[in-house]
Amino acid sequence: MFSTNRRTLLRITSVTAMAAALWTLTSAAEAQDKIRIGYAISKTGPYAGGASITTLPNYELWVKDVNAAGGIKLGDKRLPVEVVEYDDRSSSEEAVKAIERLANQDKVDFILPPWGTGLNLAVGPTLNRLGYPHLAVTSVTDKAPELAKRWSNATFWLGTSAQISDSLAELLAKLKSEGKIGGNVAMVSVADQFGIELAAAGREAFKKHGFTLAYDKTYPLGSQDLQPLLNDAIAAKPDAFIAFSYPPDTIALTEQAQLLKFNPKIFYVGVGTAFPLYKGKFAANSDGVMGIGGWNADSPQLKDYLARHKAATGKEPDRWASPITYASLQVLQQAIEKLGKVDRAAVAAEIRSGTFDTIIGKVKLKDGLLQEIWSVGQWQNGEFYGLAPTSLPGARAPVVPKPQWQ
Amino acid sequence: MLLFDIVLPGLVLGGMYALIALGLTLQYGVARVMNLSYGESLVAAAFGALSLYTGLGLSPLVALLLAVPCAMALNWLLYRFLLEKLMRRGKDRGAQEVDSILVTFGVLFAIQGIMLVAFGGQYYSYSYLSIPVIVLGTTLAVNRLVALLFAAVIGIAVYLALTRTRVGTAVRAIAVDGNAARLVGIDVPAMSGLAFAFGGGLVAVGGVLVSMFLTFNASMGVVFTMKALVVVIMGGVGNVMGALVAGLMLGVVETAVARLVDPGLTLAATYALFLAVLLIRPTGLFGRAAS
Repeated sequence: MFSTNRRTLLRITSVTAMAAALWTLTSAAEAQDKIRIGYAISKTGPYAGGASITTLPNYELWVKDVNAAGGIKLGDKRLPVEVVEYDDRSSSEEAVKAIERLANQDKVDFILPPWGTGLNLAVGPTLNRLGYPHLAVTSVTDKAPELAKRWSNATFWLGTSAQISDSLAELLAKLKSEGKIGGNVAMVSVADQFGIELAAAGREAFKKHGFTLAYDKTYPLGSQDLQPLLNDAIAAKPDAFIAFSYPPDTIALTEQAQLLKFNPKIFYVGVGTAFPLYKGKFAANSDGVMGIGGWNADSPQLKDYLARHKAATGKEPDRWASPITYASLQVLQQAIEKLGKVDRAAVAAEIRSGTFDTIIGKVKLKDGLLQEIWSVGQWQNGEFYGLAPTSLPGARAPVVPKPQWQ
Repeated sequence: MLLFDIVLPGLVLGGMYALIALGLTLQYGVARVMNLSYGESLVAAAFGALSLYTGLGLSPLVALLLAVPCAMALNWLLYRFLLEKLMRRGKDRGAQEVDSILVTFGVLFAIQGIMLVAFGGQYYSYSYLSIPVIVLGTTLAVNRLVALLFAAVIGIAVYLALTRTRVGTAVRAIAVDGNAARLVGIDVPAMSGLAFAFGGGLVAVGGVLVSMFLTFNASMGVVFTMKALVVVIMGGVGNVMGALVAGLMLGVVETAVARLVDPGLTLAATYALFLAVLLIRPTGLFGRAAS
């Protein structure tokens, strides 16, 4: 009995040891033959609209581009990228759970961020605790500088609400000093974190530059008729109409402004203006409309990016956060390649301190924030050009007053 | 004039609310299916109209001729093969409702999934009849006026059909008491299926018309389900006229609050009105007292 037992025990031990050795061998080999990148993105729910325009197509394009080039260069070899993808269903809890799963179960090497201010802020603490670099690209918040200080792994790429509103107010002030517009501004905003922050910053910025806010109202998210709002805004006879709106509202406000023949000298609408959908829907009527975002459409890198984006995903990118999203992934790749290993803390530090060549030009973050961001763009002859900050390369002169609706 | 500026756009907005609720009042009130996939069906019809318009250049109003029979057939199949067994199994109205909620919850994800695969998550929008007309000094969009017109015509026609015809009487009898209806020789499953299919046809009308002026994506169904539910319950479950009146009322109240008080309070106004109606008439504006 004893001997059999011992023999069995020996056999089990040796088999286990062999298996363990094999497992370490294979997993070590596995860790070396690809780089696993995970992300949870809103494929369903209210954020799916934004995620599927700005974020997901760029993840897919970047993975395709990287793998077509042989992969990410680690030392002297190139490792292909393998993707693990989840749907966060536009819910903060799901997003956080998915990140935990990606880190603990799937053991991915890097995690890409979700779409939107809310979700990025929700997963921030978890990514920080787990030690993954956090490219919080699609988040616009005035808390960004503070958060970048608190989370050493995080970087913010779309500026702050104050930056966007200030830059818009500065542009309007310049136009006012040139006598192109008067000092009357009507502002509407969506009652959601994005709209509230931008409107608050806007109020201050307009006042600072000597504008009168003749009309200033918020409306609930998902409003299905904005005509009452526009009627009152029209009654205020503004020189500039400013809406910090979301895509469905951006479209509705534009359409109803045309119906009501409301044609102020400046017509500025929010998220969605830079979408290809906007140009597609309004065609010639998009001409002269200003909105959040913009890009230097004459840059050869961006022209090339536009063509590749169209070829790979079948649609054009938006002219605001899409190229920045792609650029952030280029930065991630270059940081990994510079270090030559999957060392997340070092990669996060490198992203913050290094200088990178991307489709949006040289990227050098300051205190974890990208500084050179377009705040105001304008559709001119079918392209959404960046207007402000005027100091950015490729900034165009605004067409003011806006041409009449046709 | 401010009064017209509130009442007319309010009625136009309300017309849309009524339109998106008419189908649900038939499906819920008569066929006793609390259809949680209602909004998704509506968005699916909107996608159908969009595809026909951008792909074939077919006007949404012509698309209706295609969309409505298709939706009716699909809804009839859904009832016949998925819901009818549940309706038979359910001991009482409560059990039937719970079962139908569970099943249509599943259908919701199926429809949404198909739309996501076909169209992705991004927003879609096209313009049709986006032409201004001036009525009594107030500018209105023709596409929204068309939606109001359809809501009014359909509402009144369905109301007349329910109150003036034999089939309508049978359908109302089922709504009141399914067991008693069976005793007087009404084919309850067939009639319920008919009502459900007809409700489905109305969803398609709503979806096609709404797509002319609202921006939508595959995830937006729940917005419509919620609004339709509020209108249906406010109007009295199963009451077509009630849904029409409640929808119009909501539209006018929302517009009035937006113009006279603050646009930020429209949502609060909706729910305040909803609560007020339920407090005064717990069965809705046109609802009968529960027996």
